[in-house]
Amino acid sequence: MKLPRAWVLAFGLTLALLAGCHHEAQPSWRLTDVSGHLPDLAFKLTDDNGKTVTAADYRGKVLLVYFGYTHCPDVCPLTLAHLHVVMQRLGAKADDARILFVSVDPARDTPQTMHAYVNAFDKRAVGLVGPDKDIEALAKRLRSAYTREPDKGDGAYDVSHSSAIYLFDRDGKARVLATPSASQDDMVHDVSLLIDLGAKA
Amino acid sequence: MMSRPSLLACMAATSWLLIAGDAVAGDADAITASNAWIRVLPGDLPAGAFANFTNASDHAVALTGASSIRYGQAMLHRSSTEGGMGRMETVDKLEIPAHGSAKLSPGAYHVMLMHAKPAVVPGDNVVLTLSFADGSHKDVTFQARPANAL
Repeated sequence: MKLPRAWVLAFGLTLALLAGCHHEAQPSWRLTDVSGHLPDLAFKLTDDNGKTVTAADYRGKVLLVYFGYTHCPDVCPLTLAHLHVVMQRLGAKADDARILFVSVDPARDTPQTMHAYVNAFDKRAVGLVGPDKDIEALAKRLRSAYTREPDKGDGAYDVSHSSAIYLFDRDGKARVLATPSASQDDMVHDVSLLIDLGAKA
Repeated sequence: MMSRPSLLACMAATSWLLIAGDAVAGDADAITASNAWIRVLPGDLPAGAFANFTNASDHAVALTGASSIRYGQAMLHRSSTEGGMGRMETVDKLEIPAHGSAKLSPGAYHVMLMHAKPAVVPGDNVVLTLSFADGSHKDVTFQARPANAL
């Protein structure tokens, strides 16, 4: 039997639409959905091994991006400790995710200090450093902000910074946003979903 | 049996010892500390110290600072993530209400410890001398725990 050409076309289109629908079906996030509201991840920075890296180097991994600095004695360690527990709870799946800890303190954070710091929290955490302009560009891209506070006397100073955790899918697309007080259950749920989404390529 | 003059001398000596001793009687005596720990970070990075306090007295007690022979500097701080910004501020005191409790905890009030000498490693017990508004002090042993402890 020969189907009319128009029917074949229509059938094909329907299939394509269905496939499209299926792909666009929104996972039921528990955190704040930011899909389509933030640009894709893009940066050129130095990792904690001293290597120049770009966002493309992490394609294929689900990314948890967090801005902070090593002289931050409380909020940053607390957030990274939470992220470590999230990774632990993901078990073997966590190999498909990375924590990117971006320093907002270019004056003090070096690849070496970042290396010791991130590894004290999780072996799947990467520390990223770069000149002020490159960090600022990434922060702006993600609608994030940071401010170096006045010196406290002996050269010590704090850096106020956005406390959000940005979750990117394997294609580098921003998908959900978490606050540092987000529950570990919700974080595990959404990171797990992101890992399950797989990559387009 | 002790003669009256020697009893008086004894009492005088005892009270003198109390004044001279580190644990001067006062607000410090009403405070009990528990779950005292330090989050240790690599290298010479500042660390946060945390603890729970209960106040057995009928008036509020203010923790105003801390010091330790193991650290060059100790400061009372409060961190917050209000308005989506993580920031830190120096504070004068942590009030522990009458017959109540208060705590130094991650993401909130904490003692920031700087310049450990020698380096403090997870598992170490570190004594911090806590100071209270009335001038009294209390030594509390804090347990050093790894960076990713919760």
